[in-house]
Amino acid sequence: MTRSIDRDSQRFKEIVRGKVRQGLKKYITHSEMLGRKGREVVSIPVPSIDIPHFRHGKKGSGGVGQGEGEVGQPIGKGQDEGDGQGQAGDEAGRHVREAELTLEELAQMLGEELHLPRIQPKGDENLRTIRTRYNSISPTGPKSLRHFKRTYKRALRRMIASDEYDPRKPIIIPTREDERFRSWTDESLPEANAAILYIMDVSGSMTDEQKAIVRTEAFWIDTWLQSQYDGLQRRYIVHDAVAHEVDEDTFYRTRESGGTRISSAYVKAQQIIERDFPVAQWNIYIFQFSDGDNWGEDNSNCMKLLQDPLIPSANLFCYGQVESPYGSGDYLKELKKIQGKWDNLILSEIKDRDGIYESIRTFLGKGK
Amino acid sequence: MSISTYRALPPEIQDIQAEMEAHARAYGLDCFETIFEMLNLEELCMFAAYGGFPTRYPHWRFGAEYDELLKTHMYGLQRIYEMVINNDPCYAYLLNTNELSDQKLVIAHVYGHCDFFKNNAWFSHTNRKMLNQMANHATRITRYVERVGYEKVEEFIDACLSLEDLIDPHSVHIRRQPEISPVPHAALLREDDFEYLQQESRLPAKGYLQPFINPPEVLQKEAEDRHKAEEERERKRSFPDEPQRDVLLFLLQHAPLKDWQHDILSIIRDEAYYFAPQGQTKIMNEGWACFWHTTLMTRHGLTDAEVIDYADHHSGTVAMSPQRINPYKIGLELFRDIEERWNTGRFGAEYDHCDDRETKRKWDKQLGLGREKIFEIRKVHNDVTFIDTYLTAEFCEKHKMFSFAYNDDSENYEIASREFVEIKQQLLNSLTNHGRPFIYVVDANHRNRGELYLAHRDQGVELRQDYAQDTLTNLQKLWARPVHIETIIDDQPAVISFDGTHHQTKPK
Repeated sequence: MTRSIDRDSQRFKEIVRGKVRQGLKKYITHSEMLGRKGREVVSIPVPSIDIPHFRHGKKGSGGVGQGEGEVGQPIGKGQDEGDGQGQAGDEAGRHVREAELTLEELAQMLGEELHLPRIQPKGDENLRTIRTRYNSISPTGPKSLRHFKRTYKRALRRMIASDEYDPRKPIIIPTREDERFRSWTDESLPEANAAILYIMDVSGSMTDEQKAIVRTEAFWIDTWLQSQYDGLQRRYIVHDAVAHEVDEDTFYRTRESGGTRISSAYVKAQQIIERDFPVAQWNIYIFQFSDGDNWGEDNSNCMKLLQDPLIPSANLFCYGQVESPYGSGDYLKELKKIQGKWDNLILSEIKDRDGIYESIRTFLGKGK
Repeated sequence: MSISTYRALPPEIQDIQAEMEAHARAYGLDCFETIFEMLNLEELCMFAAYGGFPTRYPHWRFGAEYDELLKTHMYGLQRIYEMVINNDPCYAYLLNTNELSDQKLVIAHVYGHCDFFKNNAWFSHTNRKMLNQMANHATRITRYVERVGYEKVEEFIDACLSLEDLIDPHSVHIRRQPEISPVPHAALLREDDFEYLQQESRLPAKGYLQPFINPPEVLQKEAEDRHKAEEERERKRSFPDEPQRDVLLFLLQHAPLKDWQHDILSIIRDEAYYFAPQGQTKIMNEGWACFWHTTLMTRHGLTDAEVIDYADHHSGTVAMSPQRINPYKIGLELFRDIEERWNTGRFGAEYDHCDDRETKRKWDKQLGLGREKIFEIRKVHNDVTFIDTYLTAEFCEKHKMFSFAYNDDSENYEIASREFVEIKQQLLNSLTNHGRPFIYVVDANHRNRGELYLAHRDQGVELRQDYAQDTLTNLQKLWARPVHIETIIDDQPAVISFDGTHHQTKPK
């Protein structure tokens, strides 16, 4: 027997895939599902479809909140729908609670969702590294690591045992001896180091939307590789006609205009590898994102640099082409010509936010 | 066809239910019979997607909701602990993977909701047999699917859903016009009264004076003028007579709908009215349920082993956030605050006019009226009147409340004020009509061409224009003639229109 929700769910998926009801395509939205990485909110792309209503915009809107802060202090950009409060449900009363995720859990989710294989690292098995795991309890430690439940239980047990506990006035006051703290043990592991080089085209033809896609994809790639390696290093290169090594923040914010010379970024990447990451000891990953626009005469130079030394020195060389209204998209064709020769050269086309998961699967699905 | 999810509750849960119910009744809660069902995660998400009902009409948005709920649950981003529907008997659903202490809390919480559903005035007009009604709606719509095809029905529902919040939630409590008499008013007149009333504007004079006092050519002219004025008035006559907020009702009465479309729109409207009080009383309803689960749990429910899980769960539910207020937290704290104030007599002119801080701090008249007061409040108020009447400056300060506003320049929401008056005003604004725009039908014969003209009542917040355009597109599908909405754009009155092929926005 099929459930009615399966029919509705099936129908929804058909609409999202664009098979039926083309008219609704424009209302499909993404990244509504939010996870949290520490204090930062990360979005997990999940499609949903909006039904248009008469709604308030942001202009002139506001709401009421709670907490510390001075008048004038920003509290966030808000979601698309600017009616801070007032989303109040036109639905049955239900009780919802948000949870926080650790990066490790996020990576695990991603691995399961995409059926990613664990990576088999290369590297020197003789080098050993120490890994710290918070998996034990100690009677001493900093306040920030206090194990509330254990502490509380000990206090409760003590008070009951000493007949200080009054169930009619259940006040529990832990003393110093009751306190318990999370503690770590050290594990010795074979070292496997990895470096990621991100290369992004920031020329005029890459719009904010394209860069948002790159950012989301890079976040997930990072998360996954981090769960697979202990010592993960990252380097960021942006380029238009010339390339610069930048920090993470700049990488995601820079916007340049003008032409594109991809080879400049390859030269920069080569310099970084030589400087920081001896190929024999490092697992090197290179992710390049571009809309596929390059100066035609630069292409042959690029192919040369790629095949010696870049591709041979890397575990993976991944090229993600983000579809842009302005880019020609020709660069992908160039790469396809040499794709057959290298099994660690992986190409992927990312049409829109929906394409991110598939692209990650393409990049990381080989377990290298 | 839905699969029966009925399975007997485990004896532990049955015992908890019996115990909680007895405690709830002892405190004076007055609930419909409440039926608990134990669901697995998939079932819970399915029921939640359907708004709590086991059977709903077919539509993709339920599937979308289900997908999202299931995913967020599996990824641990959110958890639904409990769900309860306003019906007689009330149905409530428990998740089978919850810990026993959570189940206890949920059961206690549910009894708070059930009491609220049954006793709060704003729910008094809701259909208490909605479970059956929803199934009935599903049957009717399924029949139309068989008759005119899935695509057509689905597309029409999409258009209706776009307008679903254009109802007047107060209308069920107001009788705007006297009951219509079963005998038409006109039938009380004699047949020839009409002619007399229409034609004889003057009293007849004596025979020989008649041509002088009522000269025929003047009478003739007067009659013609009257006729013309009548026609003119008829031509200009706009309907409705006054702006109508129940746009859906207006469409049901006047839009050129086929029978199946008419029925589907009436179903969407029925369901919108059924769900409206939940939106109008979110803070009170959740606050009331939290008030009772805390009372029942801390005084009766908890075993020592459960205290920590309970505290953890409870604090998770009432956590504060800068971006919005938590209805659970505000509602719970307000009920506690009111109980305390009415117990100690901290209300009324004497207390308000007292200027001495120390006297105020120690104020206790030992009235003990708190419990009685909150039961009265849960009966007669909705969120707007609740906040308007009982939110105090002390409360705002104690709970660190602030109002925030959108800053055009920085494209950020910023803390706007910590002044009580402004916080309260902003909170009332966001609660009124769920913080959604007020839309009225103003003229259904616009430009004398049968075009539909709506107006957005300006409250200082502009409409989202792209959404307004798309909503007009859907409205036009129902009205079949051009549709317009008057609103404010960049502080100027403007009209957004859709004629069936083109959108247009012009200053008014």
